[in-house]
Amino acid sequence: MITKTANLPETLIEFRDVAFHINDIPARIIVSGISLTIPHGETFVLLGRSGSGKTTLLRLINGMLLPTKGEVRVQDRPTAEWDPIRLRRGIGYVIQEAGLFPHFTVAENVALVPTLENWDALRTAARVQELLHLVGLDPREFSHRRPRELSGGQRQRVGVARALAADPPILLMDEPFGALDPVTRAELQREFSTLARRLGKTIVFVTHDLREAMLLASRIVLLQAGSIVVSATPQEFLRLDHPEVRAFTSSLSVLPGAPA
Amino acid sequence: MSPPMSQLSNTWTFFADHRAEILGATLDHLVLVLVAMTIAILIGVPLGMFIVQRPALRTIALGVASIFQTIPSLALFGFLIPIPFIGGIGKRTAIVALVLYALLPILRNTYVGLTGIDPAVLESAEAMGMTRSQILFRVRLPLALAVILAGIRTATIITIGVATIAAAIGAGGLGSFIFRGVALVSDALILAGAIPAALLAILADVLLGLLERRLKVT
Repeated sequence: MITKTANLPETLIEFRDVAFHINDIPARIIVSGISLTIPHGETFVLLGRSGSGKTTLLRLINGMLLPTKGEVRVQDRPTAEWDPIRLRRGIGYVIQEAGLFPHFTVAENVALVPTLENWDALRTAARVQELLHLVGLDPREFSHRRPRELSGGQRQRVGVARALAADPPILLMDEPFGALDPVTRAELQREFSTLARRLGKTIVFVTHDLREAMLLASRIVLLQAGSIVVSATPQEFLRLDHPEVRAFTSSLSVLPGAPA
Repeated sequence: MSPPMSQLSNTWTFFADHRAEILGATLDHLVLVLVAMTIAILIGVPLGMFIVQRPALRTIALGVASIFQTIPSLALFGFLIPIPFIGGIGKRTAIVALVLYALLPILRNTYVGLTGIDPAVLESAEAMGMTRSQILFRVRLPLALAVILAGIRTATIITIGVATIAAAIGAGGLGSFIFRGVALVSDALILAGAIPAALLAILADVLLGLLERRLKVT
């Protein structure tokens, strides 16, 4: 796999004192005071409860939301100055229900961005084959299936392949494995952590599952009520003495009576 | 022989004697419906696509289309006669009224079909860097097709029925048998209009239903 790393700046994504409110009403603050630097090649996990603003941060990166205050810079340029279409074509995006197009085959779904970018048919077909292999789906068996003919795990695999299609330097993932059964989820988490290391992408990964965060993250950013409360490596994270961190670490002990 | 039996044979004889006339009226009727439906689709579908992007116009467009549906059909034909350019006696006025009737189901189903799409699909389309028009034409429209067609199917059946009343303002078609039958108290004449109209409606329902099932994406 070719990754275009040579001409990328060291800091790929940067939040400079970002706030976002709905409809510019300061009372409805979703996130505020966010400053973050995401270096190239890192897997940043945004951890937090539902409603803590994780997804909002993700959508601020690909310009689906624009900051009310401050700026989000991608490749040294504020998202407000990017052509949103160009910005998004260079950022892979995977969401919980995969959001595959039901009227497209697996191959057509994976080929979406290359098709939008007018790649020639041969190059696209080869790329689709390569990606399906990469996510563990045999192209001969799966290329012509429709999303409804896939299991939840297979759909997420296709979702990952589709996000990687045009080889974007950045990958945004919003609880991609959240809707899967625990066994399939663990399987995909393991495979994805290996894949992520191999690809060398800059990944921003949203989850509310500390176990998942520990497995994938090179850095964990903990959000609470729209603010960053902690930014730490997984090793540091467990030792931190912060009430919200303890709330998450105690969620790891699922058996009654087991120590956290 | 009981009266219904003799009536049935009367009707049968009438049908046999006036084959050509009934067929001609059926074709007239069909032309009326096809022209009205074509115009209604050409207005309703693009208008439905337009109001998806303009929420402010949605209430107005759907409201106006609903108002036309509440006007009794005979009254609507009557209202249109004195209006210049589109009014008067004949086919043109009838087509205008039929279009107004057919508009609501087409417009509403187009809107509902285009907006009732899995939010995850639309979110990933946007995040993948598709433009608004690419999302409309490559995602929303293909996924809404079955719902839009269901609206066209409803509108077609309504139009086939309402078009019989168009004979009252001289538009011809199968309604002319019915109106003559009512005036002359002739069941045979009424049935000569009603039976082909009913058959047309059933045929349209079945054919469009088949097409709808083929277009459905699950």
